Amino acid sequence: MSKGEIVILDCWVSPFCLRVKIALKEKGLEYEEREEKELLGKKSDLLLKSNPIHQKVPVLLHNGKPICESTVIVNYINDNWPSPPFLPSSPYEIAQARFWADYIDKKVHDAGGNIWKSKGEAQERAIKDFIEIVKQLEEGLGERDFFGGDTFGLNDISLISLTSWFHAYEKFGNFKVEDHCPKFSAWIKRCSERPSVSQVIPDPEKVYEFVLMLKKMFGLE
Amino acid sequence: MASSSEKVKVLGFWVSPFVRRVEWALKLKGVDYEYIEEDIFNKSSLLLKLNPVRQKVPVLVHDLKVVAESYVILEYIDEIWKQNSLLPLDPYQRAMARFWAKFAEEKVFETAWNALCSGGEEKEKALKIAIESLEILEGEAKKIQNFFGGDRIGYLDIAMGWIGYWLPVWEQVGCMSILDPLKFPATSAWAKRFISHPLIKHNLPPREEMLVYFDKRSKELSSISQGWIKV
Repeated sequence: MSKGEIVILDCWVSPFCLRVKIALKEKGLEYEEREEKELLGKKSDLLLKSNPIHQKVPVLLHNGKPICESTVIVNYINDNWPSPPFLPSSPYEIAQARFWADYIDKKVHDAGGNIWKSKGEAQERAIKDFIEIVKQLEEGLGERDFFGGDTFGLNDISLISLTSWFHAYEKFGNFKVEDHCPKFSAWIKRCSERPSVSQVIPDPEKVYEFVLMLKKMFGLE
Repeated sequence: MASSSEKVKVLGFWVSPFVRRVEWALKLKGVDYEYIEEDIFNKSSLLLKLNPVRQKVPVLVHDLKVVAESYVILEYIDEIWKQNSLLPLDPYQRAMARFWAKFAEEKVFETAWNALCSGGEEKEKALKIAIESLEILEGEAKKIQNFFGGDRIGYLDIAMGWIGYWLPVWEQVGCMSILDPLKFPATSAWAKRFISHPLIKHNLPPREEMLVYFDKRSKELSSISQGWIKV
């Protein structure tokens, strides 16, 4: 399968863009990154043309054809370039992986958002909910090295990307994930050692500063 | 080819559109199954055992293997039973089907549901998004002759099938107009074709009972609602 031209419409701080970059690197694919310069302002013509419906990054352009929505894109990358696989081989194990992918997408980022968007008692509740979700994921991981079993897979990619914002949540909420979920923290360290992750994951302090800027912008200080 | 009905079970709730998706898929594949009704307001130990993480229906049990979440189940069904495939083989077409299913779920289904279960400004806001999103879908519906899956019903038809049957009930209960056939002729025509399909029309909940159910349910949720209701 020829690689063709691969372009990602990107934003350095977006965990959803991170998913796509990690996925491409895991497959050994070369790609061009086009950073959306005006983060929360004017969107580029290319973005508006490629994703007229949501007008959001990430967008993958493969030979000019746009694919949007990070989970759809990562599945597309896996379907188009099967090796190494992001999913197990049996339909049942694939279904289990997809179940957790859905859980991750529906729960993690919103729960994290509730932490930095709130204060006082509401924030305490948000932290409690967030930790419950991470504990659930830790249970799902079990004794395995990765969510993909022996291999780094779809859910490892999706979830490690979201953890790029965890330092910001921890700082705003004055808590540490490691204190509550040591196995999960060990999994984060394991994934972070992979070049596909370490080469693209943003500096956690810079993410924190970005979220601080968002708080100021939305009057949430 | 088709498993015996003892090997495939569907745990469901009579009025849930998510559960019907799974049943439609099994019927389209010619797979026999045993249906088990669950009272979601009084969850059984069976449901809590089969789906402890989300505690929701539908749940599919196949040869003792348990699969939950309607879209996950659809893809599982498609992978196990190869006849009458639901998703296209081409990776780009698969991505498009998945993209549109997600769009319809988030921008039409969730917004229509929120419009039903809220009032005032919140209802107006939800209605606006639902209608704007249908305008986008209408563009896609104009491109097809029969179904989004081509000549046969496919993944996206199943994903959006609720539009032809649940949405008119919600419109009636909520005194709202979302799928106006004059504004959305292509979507309305597709919805009618879908609901009239022999394998679909005999697998729909009774309309009168749906009206009663959603009238009661929407009032309950309106009274406790604190913002966006995640289905």
